[in-house]
Amino acid sequence: MAIAVSMTVNGKAVGAEIEPRALLVQFLREHLRLTGTRVGCDTGQCGACTVHVNGRAVKSCLVLAAQAQGAQVVTIEGLARDGELHPMQVAFSEHHGLQCGFCTPGMIMSAADLLQRNPDPTEHEVREWLEGNLCRCTGYHNIVKAILAAAQTMRGMAKAAE
Amino acid sequence: MVEKGIGARVPRKEDLRFITGRGRYTDDINQPGQAYAVFVRSPHAHARIKRIDKAPALAMPGVLAVLDGDDVKADGLGNLICGWLVKSKDGSPMKMGKHPLLAQEKVRYVGDRVAVVVAETPAQAKDAAESLVVEYEELEPVAELDRAHGAAALVHEEVANNLCYDWELGDKAAVEAAFAKAHHVTKMELVNNRLVPNAMEPRAAIGHWDPGQDAYTLWLTSQNPHVHRLVISAFIGIAPEHKLRVVAPDVGGGFGSKIFIYGEECVVLWASKKIGGRPVKWVAERSESFLTDAHGRDHVTTAELALDQEGNFLALRVNTKANLGAYMSTFSSCIPTYLYATLLAGQYKTPAIYCDVQAYYTNTVPVDAYRGAGRPEASFLIETLVDQAAIEMGMDPAEIRRKNFIPKTAFPYQTPVALVYDTGDYEACLDEALKLVDYAGFPARRAESERRGKLRGIGISCYIEACGIAPSAVVGSLGAGVGLWESAKVRFTHTGKVQVLTGTHTHGQGHETTFSQLVAEKLGVPYEDVEVIHGDTEKTPVGMGTYGSRSLAVGGEAIVKACDKIIAKGKKIAAHLLEASEADIEFKDGKFTVAGTDKSKTIGEVVFAAYVPHNYPAGLEPGMEEGAFFDPPNFTFPAGTYVCEVEVDPQTGKVDIVKFVAVDDFGNVVNPMIVEGQVHGGLVQGIGQALLEGVRYDESGQLLTGSYMDYCMPRADDVPSFEVVTSRGTACTSNSLGVKGCGEAGAIGAPAAVINAIRNAIGVRVEMPATPERVWRAIQSSPLAKAAE
Repeated sequence: MAIAVSMTVNGKAVGAEIEPRALLVQFLREHLRLTGTRVGCDTGQCGACTVHVNGRAVKSCLVLAAQAQGAQVVTIEGLARDGELHPMQVAFSEHHGLQCGFCTPGMIMSAADLLQRNPDPTEHEVREWLEGNLCRCTGYHNIVKAILAAAQTMRGMAKAAE
Repeated sequence: MVEKGIGARVPRKEDLRFITGRGRYTDDINQPGQAYAVFVRSPHAHARIKRIDKAPALAMPGVLAVLDGDDVKADGLGNLICGWLVKSKDGSPMKMGKHPLLAQEKVRYVGDRVAVVVAETPAQAKDAAESLVVEYEELEPVAELDRAHGAAALVHEEVANNLCYDWELGDKAAVEAAFAKAHHVTKMELVNNRLVPNAMEPRAAIGHWDPGQDAYTLWLTSQNPHVHRLVISAFIGIAPEHKLRVVAPDVGGGFGSKIFIYGEECVVLWASKKIGGRPVKWVAERSESFLTDAHGRDHVTTAELALDQEGNFLALRVNTKANLGAYMSTFSSCIPTYLYATLLAGQYKTPAIYCDVQAYYTNTVPVDAYRGAGRPEASFLIETLVDQAAIEMGMDPAEIRRKNFIPKTAFPYQTPVALVYDTGDYEACLDEALKLVDYAGFPARRAESERRGKLRGIGISCYIEACGIAPSAVVGSLGAGVGLWESAKVRFTHTGKVQVLTGTHTHGQGHETTFSQLVAEKLGVPYEDVEVIHGDTEKTPVGMGTYGSRSLAVGGEAIVKACDKIIAKGKKIAAHLLEASEADIEFKDGKFTVAGTDKSKTIGEVVFAAYVPHNYPAGLEPGMEEGAFFDPPNFTFPAGTYVCEVEVDPQTGKVDIVKFVAVDDFGNVVNPMIVEGQVHGGLVQGIGQALLEGVRYDESGQLLTGSYMDYCMPRADDVPSFEVVTSRGTACTSNSLGVKGCGEAGAIGAPAAVINAIRNAIGVRVEMPATPERVWRAIQSSPLAKAAE
């Protein structure tokens, strides 16, 4: 009954025999032990399981692992590059954009995708984008602040690279 | 001046693991050989269990055990408890219905635990749970609080009228006399809407019995692992206390809901032994969180305020009906009583107050502490009532409050409802908030909104709360079953590094950072050299955990006391090393100095001498590790003013919060960044209660708001950014740090500010949650709408 899936997760080729009904989040958490991607609800509302699939933010509880066959998947564990934290990770800490930390990986992955699409969002645009990610601790205030700060940092980095 | 000491905005130590996905929550832990538990839950609000047939479930692949209420009974396990005994007016104790780990004879709410299935995989456990046969005889449910009294159905047969207790506080005769001579009486009916805590991490537990040691370990989502250990040992009777280790690793938010001892964690621990010692893991799905995490609030209240001609408050009379749900949860009895009515003085010098509370069982999820717990209900009542009184008396809402404030010269202040407020300056917070919000400029902003077809309103809320519930002897005399002190241990290593062991638990509050700052300041060691350890009964001293905004005011002070002992011992060692008298040794910034000289030893040198005592005071114990317990002499009393400005769209009833100012008196502040974060989070939970959140049951007791599709959680685009001021503090006198609690304030003060602002905008008061539909309907009936016709 098991099916074979293979994909690239955080730059590494991975594969496993899984149940056809296995969700991407289960594959990441249970087979790869990448537990930074979390399950906070059962209706696709909370966004704690957000990862990047082929560069876009995706709720990994709403995707079968089989649907990610051959895809490039990045989880929170793979966001830092060569030991350097992603500017979004730095900004979340600097601006106290996290408290209990449970929603944080999903928030960061989602926010990182926002800045790929829109490098200079307004506060309103950040708040609208975050609709799919619930946080019960921070009241969103510092999350929004962190994302706006990361956007500024990343624009600065992009300019410096030109 | 210590770098990263008290008062510094230090980024949090705990962040690195969370931003890199390396936090370790209960569901991230897997034990070798673990099996999985799934609970079979009641689909009915109220029913008799006629028959359970385990055979089909036991025959399913991978099933290791199916256990039900009969098995619990056969093994002689105790019932879940309520740890606070409240007495009725007539002196009789509250009437506790039995709360078994798995239902026996009857189920009492949708979601009640009927049986547990343990299997090799989660999917096998789930499949087998579906095939368990349970035959029910449905009974009439008690679904609504206002119909509980005199209902034909009884949630617990032994509890007449479903009435758990009928409790009172205050001087009834004095209140009646004051009402008799009042110039004006403002009367209100209020509903405090029922909420689901919704910590983002669902509850989870892994139980393990080790047959070799005959010892137990329980990993779980707990705010207070030692309290779990105590109850599971002393009352449930699964394991003796010294043979049970409880570990609460990273916990993804609590807000009260993870204080309580629930049946699930007890069952997985017991089940591990039943299957021969394999660990048993259970992780709640979000629907289970909605169905089984203790809910919050749920009051129906009549409140009356008596005033004289000038608008002075003469007396307050309150009657509240409180919903307990189907069973009494761990601290449910004290929430609508001692954590509620004792706060009814608010920030005011109202001379006479009387409150009585009837607490009822209904066939709904148990109700217990949720962020604020009793104090939001009190604050909402006072602050909407005072606002109503201002309108009826033709006074400005800010001025009626100012007129009745307890003046800053009157502290310590004995209220007529038992509490003694130690410090405060209510007018300073009000003035600052009005200035920040530009109260004087409001009419111009309202006119501008009107030109755009919007209704603008402004609302004030001057809250007070009581945190760090104490002292133990007093709460004991009021019925508490536990002491409410806190513990700490401060341990130096040979190399001068510091381990701080605390009985509190951090699940978002940032204790690892705040407590490190505290110790860096007190001992003059680098902040980076301090490690805070918590959440494991095998490592930390016995502690009472984290709730009621107590961790810094009670647990932090225990750390200070342990540091004081370290310094006292260090002085003896330094005196010996420096060949001086102990009385001449001064300690400052990590250095022991002979007063008036430049002779000194660093704390690192002194600690090393304590561990390598080759040249050491005669008779002094080696080592540098000190413990302390702290039982505070009083609560702390944070207070402040919140001002909310809203814009209402009269076409749709949608409320936008356009401005929100919070000025809080938390006493001294250790890390302003963390404190502001606590306020932000609390405010959004308060705004959620005011605008979005509310539990609905239908007449048959089915939970209609059982998912994020149906229960409206605040999202980023529902709320504004805030202006938060925490520098208006008056130092608390109950601890040497001068700190007050800050974790619950936002949730306590915000609802009234929002509701008052909406009323100011549309001219009528709207019940919470003030959804667009409710607001739109209210606008249709408001005097403003009628005037426009």
